[in-house]
Amino acid sequence: MIKLLSGNEALALGAYHAGVKVATAYPGTPSTEILESLARHEDIYAEWSTNEKVAMEVAMGAACAGIRSLVSLKQVGLNVASDPFMAASTMAVNAGIVIACADDPGIHSSQNEQDNRHYAKLAKVPMLEPSDSQEAYEFMLYAFDISEKFGTPTLMLTTTRISHSKSVVKVHQKQAPLARQASFHYDVEKYVMLPIYARLRHSLIEERLTKLATYAETFSFNQVSWGERRLGIITSGVAYQYAREVFPQASFLKLGMTYPLPKNLLLNFAAQVDRILVIEELDPFLQENIQAMGIKVTGKEFIPRTGELNIDIIEKASRSIGLLPEVSPQPLKDMPVKLPQRPPLLCPGCPHTGIFFTLSTLGKRSRPTKSLVKTAKESPLVITGDIGCYALGAYPPLNAMDTCACMGASIGNALGMEKAGIAKKLIAVIGDSTFMHSGITGLVNAVYSEGQITIVILDNRTTAMTGHQDHPGTGISAQGKKTRAVDLEQLVRGIGVSDVRVVDAFDMQQLRNAVRNALYSTELSVVIVRGVCAVLAPKGSEPRAIDTEKCNRCGICLQLGCPAIQREKEQIYIDAALCAGDACTICQQICPRQAIDLKSRIEAMKPL
Amino acid sequence: MKKLDILVAGVGGQGIILASDIIGETALSAQYDVKKADTLGMAQRGGSVISHVRIGQQVHSPLIKKGEADILIAFEKLEAARWGYYLQPGGIAIVNNHALPPSSVNTGNAQYPNDQEITSILKQRTDRIYFIDGTRHARELGNVRTLNIFMLGSASVFMPIETQVWEDSISQHLSPNIRRINIVAFRKGREEMRSAHLG
Repeated sequence: MIKLLSGNEALALGAYHAGVKVATAYPGTPSTEILESLARHEDIYAEWSTNEKVAMEVAMGAACAGIRSLVSLKQVGLNVASDPFMAASTMAVNAGIVIACADDPGIHSSQNEQDNRHYAKLAKVPMLEPSDSQEAYEFMLYAFDISEKFGTPTLMLTTTRISHSKSVVKVHQKQAPLARQASFHYDVEKYVMLPIYARLRHSLIEERLTKLATYAETFSFNQVSWGERRLGIITSGVAYQYAREVFPQASFLKLGMTYPLPKNLLLNFAAQVDRILVIEELDPFLQENIQAMGIKVTGKEFIPRTGELNIDIIEKASRSIGLLPEVSPQPLKDMPVKLPQRPPLLCPGCPHTGIFFTLSTLGKRSRPTKSLVKTAKESPLVITGDIGCYALGAYPPLNAMDTCACMGASIGNALGMEKAGIAKKLIAVIGDSTFMHSGITGLVNAVYSEGQITIVILDNRTTAMTGHQDHPGTGISAQGKKTRAVDLEQLVRGIGVSDVRVVDAFDMQQLRNAVRNALYSTELSVVIVRGVCAVLAPKGSEPRAIDTEKCNRCGICLQLGCPAIQREKEQIYIDAALCAGDACTICQQICPRQAIDLKSRIEAMKPL
Repeated sequence: MKKLDILVAGVGGQGIILASDIIGETALSAQYDVKKADTLGMAQRGGSVISHVRIGQQVHSPLIKKGEADILIAFEKLEAARWGYYLQPGGIAIVNNHALPPSSVNTGNAQYPNDQEITSILKQRTDRIYFIDGTRHARELGNVRTLNIFMLGSASVFMPIETQVWEDSISQHLSPNIRRINIVAFRKGREEMRSAHLG
């Protein structure tokens, strides 16, 4: 069967055909669709774990019980899971365990640009890097086999362009699923990592690595294809695809397994070509490891270490060192025109808009006059932010976020500023899914250390940014089953916060009162701003409109940054096709001249 | 056909990914190798979205090289100008004659380019520029969301794949309740390109 699959869909299908029975993940671009695809199979267990650390631990448990398991996460997710990941490398493996990690070179949707290939070396585990969906599918079968054969977790590393590109996949006859019964064999030396046993394991890990290096020599996806011997290219992943187009005549050593490296294969390749170029995205991971074998290669001296590669970048770099001729025809110039940017925005009807507008106005961040406050220096607030759609609150016109570091950081960051002596009111803004992920421990810490900060939990009942996945607060499983929901308010009170308010995300008066209370309170407080994500909210109610007779073009409504509110020349109007109607009404509540109302009512009021 | 590189550009929510998925599936049905890559911004809606579709005997890179695209299908005028530099000299630009001003224009911090400016930007690459009233036609059909399939119909005129293969692929991709209207949109888009622009 031939299918057009994304890398993520192919990884999921490969894992399914390899007999995976327990799949765990926390959503994160560009890895999310791996678990989404797996969750559609009813004969396996798939969960959205609370965070990546928990996901890894659940998968390890399954592996201890003799059942094949898969963890999928994005590059920074592996940071969260790094503790159990290192433990998984140390503990014995009683069934295949594969970690599918999607890096994000170019930072399409992340907070940093890190090269997770280093994790393979750190944890001393094998790493496979597919270069298209066909390999993503096939490598999964190998990844589980390698894991079981060598008693190790296998790292399957992709990037955005592998995970999110679609290419043609020949699907094998569906393999017979492994008929395995879960069983646990009591063995403290294998599963209890007290120092006395962990020391024994370390020697085994070193032995394992040596055996894996031997295996890499004959791994069938470490392939040499001979072309001209003048230039040899060593590459992996999507970089291989770009390199093939730039150097169609060269000899290639394409590595499907990039850790540990096949030393003899590399030496042999090096001996038969005049010059070697390593083409890889981000860090010189292959380059440095190959150089350490005494092989002379170049690459990162002229190929950028930042951002994604593409054909144009590799051509330009190759021209700069004379590997490609200064071409005719000249490469076309980018057209030098200044066009308005189109950054992503909070949606019309977004439950985050009202609270950010309130923080922005009460926090003196933006004013409905021409003199927009460009900096937050004079603001009585410092607003620490977190990871999610709501990070868009940092953009104008809202200007209502001052830090955004990593999952859950808002609470610790705010407390740290308070303890450092910042005299302003500190407000941490965090989403419901992010709070469950890693905000809870920060809140426990704030209670324990008697912080006076305010934590605003934006409870939109979903993990919106990554495409609306459920989480412990929603009470729906990854496979769509009703399960037990964790009550956010009870959780927060249980931790020991007594000043807890739950407010309606679309009630501007409630929002203003809650933020005012926070501004003058010296007690730790939590405000849960509850409102359903606009994408999931019921549609079809009547849109709002602006009464042009009443409107004096003060522009306050434009400060919401709502995509439905637009201006053509001097006239402000609401795009009826975009307006969320009854579900929102924020603009109607803030208009000082009551010029915004139901479209039908405004039209009915018009004199004939 | 040696190769066909198609860039689909527009604004989040216009159905760009679905359109490029259908192009990919259709080319696969017609026995070609296909790769396709979507570039989305951070959020789902409102941002600039592009999708690269590459069709040929064997395709390596999922991304189109700048200045090599055979066809640009732009669902919005500003996005046509923004991504025009991907076109090869003499390539084909199919532009929905419709403006969606970004927020910076609404708040008065930037200026939306006029039609002459957009045309002159595209003319740096090609004279084969086709403005299509996609949004107007889709509205007349009774569902503005058929814009993507209408644009696909217009673009299909330039691709060596039979109409039936296109229509089968569209039918497979869409739920039964919107199949008919989209097939009509596809045919209208094809007709519009043929009659109004190619004579």
